[in-house]
Formats: sequence, structure tokens, C-alpha cells
Amino acid sequence: MNTTNTMKFTYYPGCSVTGMNKAYDVSTRSTAKALGVVLEELDDWNCCGASAYMSVHEKRAFVLCARNLALAEKDNRDMVTICNGCYVVLSKANKYMAANPELNADIQKALAAGGMSYNGGVRVRHFLDVVVNDVGEEAVRRRTSKPLAGLSVAPYYGCQIGRPSGEIDDAEDPQMMDKLIGWLGGRSVPFPLKAKCCGGMMMTTRPKIGRDLTGKILKCAKDQGADCIITACPLCQINLEAFQDTISRKSGTDCQIPVLYFTQLMATAFGLDEPAVALKDCLTPVEAMFAQKGI
Amino acid sequence: MAGIKGSSLSEEFLEHVHQLPQGKSIDKCIQCGTCSGSCPTSSAMEYSPREVIAALRAGMLDRVLRSNTIWFCTSCYYCTVRCPAKIPFTDVMYELKRLGIKHKIYPRKDTNAVMSKAFTDVVSKYGRNAETELVKKYYLRSNPFKVLGQLKLVMKMLSRHRVDFFPHRISGIENLRRMIAAAQENGER
Repeated sequence: MNTTNTMKFTYYPGCSVTGMNKAYDVSTRSTAKALGVVLEELDDWNCCGASAYMSVHEKRAFVLCARNLALAEKDNRDMVTICNGCYVVLSKANKYMAANPELNADIQKALAAGGMSYNGGVRVRHFLDVVVNDVGEEAVRRRTSKPLAGLSVAPYYGCQIGRPSGEIDDAEDPQMMDKLIGWLGGRSVPFPLKAKCCGGMMMTTRPKIGRDLTGKILKCAKDQGADCIITACPLCQINLEAFQDTISRKSGTDCQIPVLYFTQLMATAFGLDEPAVALKDCLTPVEAMFAQKGI
Repeated sequence: MAGIKGSSLSEEFLEHVHQLPQGKSIDKCIQCGTCSGSCPTSSAMEYSPREVIAALRAGMLDRVLRSNTIWFCTSCYYCTVRCPAKIPFTDVMYELKRLGIKHKIYPRKDTNAVMSKAFTDVVSKYGRNAETELVKKYYLRSNPFKVLGQLKLVMKMLSRHRVDFFPHRISGIENLRRMIAAAQENGER
């Protein structure tokens, strides 16, 4: 859907991008602006009800979701998130409340205790979906002023963008970022581990398992000749980027590779400057890589 | 805890799972093992996902609840998308966590269980997650010495302005708490 009308969305940043992953929020806002997409932040949003929460207290998690959705419903727009974890949980709440009248009644009663209500009218979107399917190829190519010529990029989707529903992309072989990389003038490398698990919270709770899963992904990207990896999820980004020293040392293989958000890659190709690109937040030598490629 | 038999747990568990979207498909498990083969952490689990359903049918769910298995689920949803019987297996894992918590049969010291508890506590306090506080709570309740191994990373994160020391409390926190309390009146799920 390429349209000249202003695209306006309710923006749900999520907790992760207010702390250690601020660069994702910053580069999302700047690239949205560059593409003529208006993101209006949801006022006083709360935790989405994240998997770590939902898995132990489902009903309470649905209340957390429903409060956000109820707040968003007033504006009658799609709600855009940038975190895979928020995306999967908020979408799930919509689906499960619609499917189970008893659950829905409980959640409505809970909302009413805080003077709110939700009619199920908010569609939850991922910003990657908006860029690829609403903004589309033509507009992205037109906005690209510094094509990423000669840059090989491994698109890492993580789990919760195509799974479980497969609504916006293939559950096992997603394509959205592959396409986007091409539109920005770069080359997406074939990446068999693109939708494998990064370990999620395991990186903290069971570091050996986490490092094993992440190490395979990093090694695969390097073996495929990628100069960098891009992600669409804050937790994937930190897992892939922050532990490369330890993983390389313990596995005896070089797993050092820059890891960016897809929005930072877009911002670079759009010729945006700091602080809008937020490359200074990267733990890996991203700026050196771009300099080396003459980008 | 001693009085709970695996078979009564199975009944209670199935009643809940049957209410989930696609939940009735759990009765159609053919024990093919696609879930276990697709699970990124099954090799470290005491019971693999396939074995969880075998244990359910054998009335031995109590053993599964005491094991590390369900706490090793990373919510990757591979089992769910690949199951030929269309069992929403990720939800099955979640139901098991809740069942274990309800009957107080779960490995309370498992680091994943500690993390989940720390996470829900932080969200109850602020309405949002607060990373620094979450990490602090998690290490204090699991193994405080492990944090020493993270110091180098913390320094690096600090230098890139990626540590946020100031939690944000939502302004509607009291309202949210009333909602959460109201949701629990009809029973926890």
C-alpha cells in the first residue's frame, strides 16, 4: 500500500528501548520521520505483559496488555511496536480475548475497576511490517541517499515476529528484512539461522545455553560472509552484541561482528546524522565498518 | 505438596489446556517428537517437550513440574508452529508453569523461575520493567557473586550510555493495581 496520505500510528515503544536499547527508539523515530510516518507515542503506556510475566500470570498479563490497548483505542489507529516480545504478547492478548468470552469478561471487569474498557479494535503492528508493507519499496528507495553498496548484511529476525502466527512473515524463513536490505542498496546474505532462538533471557539465567545459541548465530553470519547483522528486537540485539568477547574466547572461534537495529541501517542509508542514527551506542565497531566500506 | 498425585494434576491441567485456542488438540499428540527436535533448549531439559505429554498421559506430571523443563522454554514458538497436531505447545509450557506455582511444586531456585518472579515484582512496582533493578533483584536472589563476571560488560555499557539507573513509574500505577486486583477476584490463571 503506497500512499501519499500521511501514515499515522500510535507508537508503543516498550520498556527495553527506554533503557539499554535507547538506540532502537531513537533510530525508529528518526527513520519514521524521514519516511513521512507519524508515530505518536501512547500516553502513560505500561509493560506489555512480556513472556517472562505472561508465562507465570496469564490473566494479569492480559490486563497489562488490555490497559495499553484500551489507551490506544481512543485514537482509533493501528498501534506500532518495535520489540518482538511486545509484538507477540500484545497480538496474543487481542486474539485470546476475542476467542474466549469468559476470559474477555474477566479482563473487561478488571479494566472497569480502573475506569477503562476495550472493544478489541486495535490492530497491533511491528514497525518492520509498516516499513516494508505500508511504506514500501518505492518510497524507501527514493529516500535512500547513501546506498549501502558493497555491504553484506545478515538479517536476523529472531522468533517472535513470524511465530507463532506467521501473519506478517514466514514462520521459519521470513523475508521482510532481506527485501529491505536490497532496497537500501546492500546485499542480504543467505542466513539459515535467521529465525533461530537467540536464547532470550537464558543469556542471563543460563549463560552457557545462551552463549551456545547465540554463538551459532554469530558464527553462521560470519561464515556467510556478512559484514554485520541487523535485528528487529531489543533482546536479540543485546544478546548478539554484548557477549561476543566471551563467546569467541570460550568457543575458540572469532565471533566478532557488528550488530545493529534495522532502523540504524536505514538511518545510515538515508544519510541521517548523529544523534538520529545512534551508532554511538553500539558496543561493536559499527562506525569503523561503515567507514571501511566508504558509506 | 505430598498429597498431590500426578493423575489429579493431569486432570486439572487438561481442563485448562482445553480452554485455550486449539487447546483440545493436545489429545491428538502422536508422540512424533517434532517439538523436542525443534526446541532450542530441549537438550538441556530433564524432560523433553515430547516426554512432557507422555508424562501427562502416564499421570506423572508432578515429576515434570519438579524438573527444570518448563523453565527452560524461551518462548520461541518453534514447537507450536511445527506440531503436526497443531498443539499450541508454548502455551502448554505456560500452563505447566502456572500449575506448578499454584500447587507450589516447582524448582524455586531455578534461575529462570527466579528471573520471572523478579520481573513480575518489578512490573508490579512501576508498571514497567526497570532493567537495573531487575538485574539487581535477580542476582541478589540467585547468586550475587555471578554479577562479578558481568562487571566488564557493565563498564562497557556505561560508557555507551546503555545503563538506566532511574526507573520510570507510570502515572496510572494505582489504577493499574486496582485492575490487576480485580482480575484476580475470579481466580488466577
